[in-house]
Amino acid sequence: MKYRSVFDIIGPVMIGPSSSHTAGAARIGRAARDLFGRTPEEIDIHFYGSFMSTFKGHGTDVAMVGGVLGYETFDDRIKTSLETAEKEGVKVVIHEEVSEPEHPNTARLRLKSGDEELELTGISIGGGKIEITELNGFPLHLTGEHPAVVLLHDDRYGAIASATAILAKEKINIGRMEVSRKAEGAQALMIIEVDQNLTDPVMEELQEADHISRAARISE
Amino acid sequence: MFRNVAELIEKAKEDNIPVSEVMIRQEMEAKELSRDKVMTQMEENLTVMEEAVEEGIKGVQSHSGLTGGDAVLIQKYMKEKQPLSGDLLLDAVSKAVATNEVNAAMGRICATPTAGSAGCVPGTLFAVKDRLNASREDMLRYLFTSGAYGFVVANNASISGAAGGCQAEVGSAAGMASAAIVEMAGGTPEQTAEAMAITLKNMLGLICDPVAGLVEVPCVKRNAMGASQAIVSADMALAGVTSRIPCDEVIDAMFKVGQRMPSAFRETAEGGLAATPTGKALEKKIYGS
Repeated sequence: MKYRSVFDIIGPVMIGPSSSHTAGAARIGRAARDLFGRTPEEIDIHFYGSFMSTFKGHGTDVAMVGGVLGYETFDDRIKTSLETAEKEGVKVVIHEEVSEPEHPNTARLRLKSGDEELELTGISIGGGKIEITELNGFPLHLTGEHPAVVLLHDDRYGAIASATAILAKEKINIGRMEVSRKAEGAQALMIIEVDQNLTDPVMEELQEADHISRAARISE
Repeated sequence: MFRNVAELIEKAKEDNIPVSEVMIRQEMEAKELSRDKVMTQMEENLTVMEEAVEEGIKGVQSHSGLTGGDAVLIQKYMKEKQPLSGDLLLDAVSKAVATNEVNAAMGRICATPTAGSAGCVPGTLFAVKDRLNASREDMLRYLFTSGAYGFVVANNASISGAAGGCQAEVGSAAGMASAAIVEMAGGTPEQTAEAMAITLKNMLGLICDPVAGLVEVPCVKRNAMGASQAIVSADMALAGVTSRIPCDEVIDAMFKVGQRMPSAFRETAEGGLAATPTGKALEKKIYGS
């Protein structure tokens, strides 16, 4: 069954107006921030499809920047995120892309601070659920049907064990796992689909684990 | 886990408990949570709904300028005049409108089951609670009963306008609300299912045609009408009226209607009210192209 909790139906608590165009956008922004690790100096957002044609009315840009600033879907501060970004000296550039995306609600984000850069493509599939389809050139296959954690890690022995050991200790069951790398010994990417949403303490532990450089979660 | 309405009602009858209790126990079991935890989480959602209604009744305006202020108008009318449809009904309507106006104005709401259909359940709840002398616990149970029916619809059909049209969103929300009213009013589990069926039957075929693609026109007023219908259906079910077509079959019919609905009527802003001359003119005004 796709929905397993009463709180999938009575919930989530969110800033309106649209679960897909607002809450989902905030979650894509938040996932990008978690993988980048902090507030960037520059946020580049490319909107495609329905995101491109209706982002102004839905506050999709506002919500996505709010997510990058670290806000959750229910955080009131989302409403003033563009002003906050400006005040904090974060440059925000929105690009309206006319090319036809595979999914109507697609956004590509580039976060930059100095030399550091992260690029992520996310889609919002309905009811606030999202999928990340590409990260730093790595194609991802996150179904969005289960909570998941995305980890950027060193391509060396022990990285996978250090992540799975934490999940085992917390009695979190793994449904599916995927590991990919661009070049041997460089940065690699691990995606773990799990049975329940990961809590803040678990995320902190993963972030500090050996060989793991960044961790971001996709919640149900 | 109950998979359909028949199983939900059977569980309630077997254990001699209300529908809300079946949902609470399932949540505890599925998520391995204590009763306290489950109730506390729902209490947080209830508080958000309460705050949204209060905010909307004071008056809000959306960024596009398309919606806002109608909850204020209706409340004022109720104070100054004798509403033809009755105070309780119109109170529910104003509170459903209030919730969706807050949603459209980027306020904080609780999706029930979606943001676009967030008005029906709290709108009716905050209107009927005083008449039925509901305690805080009763109000939480109202949300679990609503949730139980939404759970069945989401798993067997759809609660997404993009997938099944407005019948899947406001249709589901109104049906959920009507079932919850019946339980709060002391109806039997069977009567909650009748109310759900009666409501959803009248929502079949309702398209999702938001002007400019925004969750505003006609979403706010569809929630208003959904809330009013929920109360009428609940009264019919409490009176002993039953649906000739069983609830599960109505839900299945809704799903099949949604599958055959052209994409122009599924949240693409290409058909219905969105495609009217005024709808198109508003879209142009908002996006400037």
